[in-house]
Amino acid sequence: MDLNLILSIIIGNIFINNFILFKFLGLCPFIGVSKKTQPAISMGLAVIFVMTLSSIITWCVYKFLLVPFEIEFLRTICFILVIASFVQLVEMIMLKTNPSLYHLLGIYLPLITTNCAVLGVTVLNVNMFFKQGQGITGSFLYSALQGFFAGVGFMLAMLLMSGIRERLELVDLPKSLQGIPAAFIVASLMSLAFMGFTGFKF
Amino acid sequence: MKKLFREFSKGIRKENPIFGLALGLCPTLAVSTSVINGLGMGLAATFVLLGSNVIISSLRKIIPHQVRIPCFIVVIAGFVTIVELVMAAYFPALSRQLGIFVPLIVVNCIIMCRAEAFASRNTVGRSLFDALGMGAGFTLGLVLISGIREALGSGRLFGYVLFPGYQPALTLALAPGALLILGLLLGLSNLIFNQQTSRRTDEQTN
Repeated sequence: MDLNLILSIIIGNIFINNFILFKFLGLCPFIGVSKKTQPAISMGLAVIFVMTLSSIITWCVYKFLLVPFEIEFLRTICFILVIASFVQLVEMIMLKTNPSLYHLLGIYLPLITTNCAVLGVTVLNVNMFFKQGQGITGSFLYSALQGFFAGVGFMLAMLLMSGIRERLELVDLPKSLQGIPAAFIVASLMSLAFMGFTGFKF
Repeated sequence: MKKLFREFSKGIRKENPIFGLALGLCPTLAVSTSVINGLGMGLAATFVLLGSNVIISSLRKIIPHQVRIPCFIVVIAGFVTIVELVMAAYFPALSRQLGIFVPLIVVNCIIMCRAEAFASRNTVGRSLFDALGMGAGFTLGLVLISGIREALGSGRLFGYVLFPGYQPALTLALAPGALLILGLLLGLSNLIFNQQTSRRTDEQTN
């Protein structure tokens, strides 16, 4: 257990290597769902939930299924299938047990399957915390933490963006820049601001 | 023949995946640091698109409607694995540069979108040309963005120094520059083609 590594996972995934603004993962929901604050919060929560649990599940699949049978090259196929079926399962369970939460997150859940941030975090976990097919000590905890805090970073960027875009609606922009182009230019300025965090070391 | 050519040409201009439909933006921004990377990513995605479109359109009568999305994902993931392994074996440097964005071709919206919107409804021949056109449009868009970023951000093109004595704007080679250039290019393409894409694609993106 390495406290420095844990701290750098937490701070790194929220601020320094923010998934949206630095690694360019999950841009589609970031641009598509960030028009209003309420949906942005729901989407962020759904992403945190799915990312954390997918990190845990894919860790188990990799460790207990792919490594013992020496079929690590099937990683991509396995992970995307696990994530897709997991999302489907969550959707069904949520509809039965907690309809109000389902209506809050409902329409965003299916979209998460094709969110590259989710598959991205699971692939990154395997790349970072497995050396020659063997997990480093505490790799389970690190994977789960990375999934959770990458989700938190995702939600932070969504939230900031939706706040800015709500105001942007009232601004008189040139017609060809309205909508997506303006959103990208705002995101570029946000990314520039987040660059101020680079260089934090533990 | 004319019809087939139209399927091909629409992917390059009118329905260009990057500028017209605003799809597949994550890999576009992440790998466009140099022209070589952009070209490699574009060709890899084109190969996957070609394979998945042909297989899905030839299986379109067999795949049950309810489970079509998982079926598409398996086909696409199979081709992505082929690309991943071939690239790691023959182009190790490129494979290291592109990193996790090679496995992430699976969740590239363009490929899923073409499978769902085109290949599952059209004949093999038309799907083949659609894939070629979309792939060519994606590759062209990537080369354009990565060319601008490489030229302005590091003063080079294909690794050769372009303007001696030019002080490169490093920001453009980093993350903020990618977002800025894409935003400006999208605005420019809206201005030129005068399309109301922004409103339409807002609902399409996922």
